[in-house]
Amino acid sequence: MELIFNKSVSGRRCTQFPANDVPVLKEIPKKYLRKSPCNLPEVSEMDVVRHFTNLSKLNFSVDSNFYPLGSCTMKYNPKFTEDVARLEGFTKLHPLLPQLRLGGILAQGALEVLYEMDRILSEITGMDAFTLQPAAGAHGELAGVMLIAAYHRSLNQKRKYILVPDSAHGTNPASAAIVGYEIINIASNKNGTMDIEALKAHLNQDVAAIMMTCPNTLGLFESDIDTIAKLAHAQGALMYYDGANLNAILGKCRPGDLGFDVIHLNLHKTFATPHGGGGPGSGPVGVKKELIEFLPISRIEKRDDGTLYLDYKKPQSIGYISSFYGNFLVILKAYAYILLLGKEGLIRTSEHAVLNANYVLAKLKDIYEPAVEKTCMHECVFSASRQILKNVHALDIAKYLIDCGIHPPTIYFPLIVKEALMIEPTETESKETLDHFIHCMREANRLTQENPEVLKKAPQTMPISRLDETKAARDMNCASL
Amino acid sequence: MNIPNNLCFTKEHEWIKIEGDTGTMGITDYAQHALGDVTFVEIPKKDCEVKQFNIIATIESVKAASDIYSPLSGTITLNNSELENNPALINQSCYDQGWIAKIKIKDIAEKKNLMDSTSYQKFVEGLAH
Repeated sequence: MELIFNKSVSGRRCTQFPANDVPVLKEIPKKYLRKSPCNLPEVSEMDVVRHFTNLSKLNFSVDSNFYPLGSCTMKYNPKFTEDVARLEGFTKLHPLLPQLRLGGILAQGALEVLYEMDRILSEITGMDAFTLQPAAGAHGELAGVMLIAAYHRSLNQKRKYILVPDSAHGTNPASAAIVGYEIINIASNKNGTMDIEALKAHLNQDVAAIMMTCPNTLGLFESDIDTIAKLAHAQGALMYYDGANLNAILGKCRPGDLGFDVIHLNLHKTFATPHGGGGPGSGPVGVKKELIEFLPISRIEKRDDGTLYLDYKKPQSIGYISSFYGNFLVILKAYAYILLLGKEGLIRTSEHAVLNANYVLAKLKDIYEPAVEKTCMHECVFSASRQILKNVHALDIAKYLIDCGIHPPTIYFPLIVKEALMIEPTETESKETLDHFIHCMREANRLTQENPEVLKKAPQTMPISRLDETKAARDMNCASL
Repeated sequence: MNIPNNLCFTKEHEWIKIEGDTGTMGITDYAQHALGDVTFVEIPKKDCEVKQFNIIATIESVKAASDIYSPLSGTITLNNSELENNPALINQSCYDQGWIAKIKIKDIAEKKNLMDSTSYQKFVEGLAH
């Protein structure tokens, strides 16, 4: 497809503004003006509409294709939540209103959504309070680790380390490092869960927290979680829960009950708000009562008469983590989703997500090596270790799936699995869709044995075939305008 | 799999060539192969002190970002700045032009924690299963 810059014709415009016929009171100071034109494409409105409509048709999205991207829970976003988020009472509300004198009373509905969401998420996860401000999962992690630091500081403790399993998402060590902690990697055992002996070797009173994902990125429930939490608490360390995989345990168990003290959720993963470019995201952080005083400002509180207001008088708070109240309309969509499904619906969501992943695992494990020989939770991980003997890599299989109309699964993650293929079907996919996927994966293996060139050349059905990912990463300045 | 016999190796697939009190280190052929095309190397700073098996560098490839650990304790005397412009050297020549850092060795006794080429060969074969 042609770039919009190539469609540019000098002087062409979407809108022809009339000449200015009112006096200019103040010119923009020269120093702020650019010295040369900014080289925007000069196109008509029709050009813009056709260009971006055609571009959008090239999208590979969960609305158009099966999207089994493990570890990132690309679930379908039910459209009724868009209707709810489009209600004028919400979209036309000014975010400053609750802070204005007498304005709060006009924003009670929006404040109630946030207040209720705090209560609902606390109930689902077994925590005591939530902040809804973080704008994405990693932002939530950063806020969560800052809360951990504030907690230890309040006890006059200087703790240096945060322990992270080797199967963790890369954002965990990154968030902890940004807050100033040193990271210690804890090895997994042969069952794919945290190695208790390796943990004990590094756990002492210099450890601020252990960050864990449960089920972990191998799709396995950390069966020693109770022991791990007790060992951590005995040393005064806190337990941090990465909510990336909460979709597997909704209504079945609660991180708060498992011993976690701080948790972040990804509303765009678990509660079906748009994800990955379609966002924005939302990463609420929940805490146990010992950490409530450190939560970011503002907090939504209830007066005796039942009305809600924003409270900024929190001297122990870590302060602002983002402007206003987070990505409000995203929180609203998740609120609508939770209310529609209710308790029974959320439990069935997890049950179906786990069932679907295990169906895929059972139907493929004879030809693809499972990372661990166990029943999985909401996602299953294979290694293309048998296929690599024919010089076919996980990447080739992923690219072939595109030709089958399927978005590639996550590959090369978790890092501890060689040639990893990580598949998360989610709860909304039918047996027919899963059977089609299984058929395509078996076909990929047949081609590996009989005609691997087809895989090496994939994708063939896309506007652009195999991308040179190495060049894209090494030579980042290749498109200069 | 190329495993030169004059080097020492770590379980994390780094190599070190010990000459007197200086060690030259990099990653092994097994490691560069597993990583795939290397796209970026964050090289260690000169004069920086490193401890054995602590992070000395970070390598990004098309597959992942990985920490690289120092085979011995010591002080960085030289880094391979060539890698900043040409990270592909790690893939093309991991034992020669793709070296990462030279270290002034602090305690040669730590060598006992490293493998020789024969043990490393066995270690790598064990991983293949």
